[in-house]
Amino acid sequence: MNFFFEVLVGGLLSGLMYSLVALGFVLIYKASAVFNFAQGAMVFFAVLSFVGFMELGLNFWVALPVTIALMICVGILTERLVLRPLVGQSEDTLLMATIGLAFVFEGLAQLAWGVKVRRLDLGIADQPMEWLADKADILVSQLDVAAGLVSGLMVAVLSLIFSKTKVGRGLRAVADDNAAALSIGIPLRQILVVVWATAGVVALVAGMMWGARSGVQFALVSVALKAMPVLIIGGFTSVPGVIVGGLIVGAAEKMAEVYLGPYVGGGIEGWLPYMLAVLFLLVRPEGLFGEKIIRRV
Amino acid sequence: MFYREAGQYASSYAQDRQLLTLRQDKLGMLILMAIGFVATPLWASDYWISAIMIPWLILALVALGQNILMGYAGQLSLGSAGFMAAGAFACYNLILRVPGIPFVVAVILSGLIAAVIGILFGLPSLRIRGLYLAVATLASQFFIVWGLDKFGWFKNYDTSGIINAQAIVIFGYTMGSPAQKYLVVLTIVAVMALMAANMAQGSIGRGWMAVRDMDVAAEAMGLSLLKTKLRAFAISSFYCGVGGALFLFAYLQTVEPATFNIELSFRILFMVIIGGLGTILGPFLGSAFILLLPIFLNIMFHAILGRAVDATIASALEQVIFGVLIIVFLIFEPLGLARLWQVTKERLRLWPFKY
Repeated sequence: MNFFFEVLVGGLLSGLMYSLVALGFVLIYKASAVFNFAQGAMVFFAVLSFVGFMELGLNFWVALPVTIALMICVGILTERLVLRPLVGQSEDTLLMATIGLAFVFEGLAQLAWGVKVRRLDLGIADQPMEWLADKADILVSQLDVAAGLVSGLMVAVLSLIFSKTKVGRGLRAVADDNAAALSIGIPLRQILVVVWATAGVVALVAGMMWGARSGVQFALVSVALKAMPVLIIGGFTSVPGVIVGGLIVGAAEKMAEVYLGPYVGGGIEGWLPYMLAVLFLLVRPEGLFGEKIIRRV
Repeated sequence: MFYREAGQYASSYAQDRQLLTLRQDKLGMLILMAIGFVATPLWASDYWISAIMIPWLILALVALGQNILMGYAGQLSLGSAGFMAAGAFACYNLILRVPGIPFVVAVILSGLIAAVIGILFGLPSLRIRGLYLAVATLASQFFIVWGLDKFGWFKNYDTSGIINAQAIVIFGYTMGSPAQKYLVVLTIVAVMALMAANMAQGSIGRGWMAVRDMDVAAEAMGLSLLKTKLRAFAISSFYCGVGGALFLFAYLQTVEPATFNIELSFRILFMVIIGGLGTILGPFLGSAFILLLPIFLNIMFHAILGRAVDATIASALEQVIFGVLIIVFLIFEPLGLARLWQVTKERLRLWPFKY
């Protein structure tokens, strides 16, 4: 039974890390109805730059703001060079453009910093928490718990910003109707820049968590792809949905891997989230918390 | 001036419905076919045939399949490499397990198997669109490759997890040399491209385009969304499956399931975007572009630096260039290289006048 709980908690916590990646998608989708396929590549780009800066001799606390500044610049450039010329295009076109963007980020990151796998030490060991091991005999990694806390915190903060602040209301207005938002004086371009920059920072945080856990390497990109099923299950437009979706995906894939994996030779983790998403789509296309999709002719 | 249609009238409906109505188009196609079927196998070097022409034709065929689904029917798919894998492994197993099966029959059957799988994974498209569908097709991509990898039967229990293509035998002749394989590939690709052009022009293609442009309106006009969309998935996967089988038998000879990874799917997607969505010519131009670009870059590096660059740097640079090109094409020429060809023809027609 303890083993069951270990698997469950481990899955839930790694699910929260998927949520952290998915959060960046939701931010951009909510504000601009662009599905940013490049979010995963941004995670990779951000954390690789961060580790790269640290390798250049910068202190952790210097490298962090430098990377954040870099991600903000990336956000501004993306808005200026990619999104602005494509304003008003169909969703599919924008999705394809962000696939192109993903390739640019992946390539640039590797050009600038090379391809070798790097370690990232956040000062939190990937070891079982002692008191939990003593009290309940359940082994849960400290790092996973820290990552879970960070993602919970980020989601809470961003939810508040979205619902309570002026910027947040502006974001929602822009997402709802670009032209109407412009007409009542919401600065569309600034809003888009803010969103992309925030998504960049979220990507950095997600990348640091994943990097600390499994090394800073190209495989992070495929981890980030798993944020897509998380989004589908949680709903594209819902910040809390991201958390629930992440928990479901994380728990389901770990459980399946541990309990079903041995029968079919393992590796279920690679596709289970996507299959789960397809099943969800068949039953509830808007996700658990998404807004109902209404289409007009 | 050079490309005039003046004086060429269609005097029957059949003439009007031809794929190539203009005399110069027909002549051009004849010359192209002569170059493809006669000149290339006679005079091109083995390197050119096996390293450029064969992969170009095969990838163009797969891109054509992707274009049927994405460009004509408007269903965004990121799983074409998965269907290629299904076709390749199906063909391998058919030839391995069915004694005396002709190669062409095996290729067609493997295309059909891929089509059945395509229909299965196309089912969600009835309820979802756009990026939701993209995620659903990702499921097919990962699931197919995983299934082929995990179940040894598909690979005839090969311990290293790879399969070796059998020889291509047609009417008792073994097609062993690059030129012979090239002719097999070219014949299949030419026939299937002709079929695609016909479908695109006929009622099937018009149905796809109606669904692409506005599915609700198409349904209101009496098109069955179920049939139209699933037909697009089936035919697209058929093309991908045949392409996958040829990829194994005529090009790579040995593959493992991981050969058909998501990177390949993205490359095929890029071929379609750069070549031109919703055209038959586009996939051919796009795949030539994507295949030749790395070779061109390599030559450039040699010319500028005087030596080859590190392979990892070269591939990273390639990625950046692909990405930038995608964005540039989407912004400036969403209809791709095929559109540029159209513009050129128009210019030729009007030359020496501007308009």
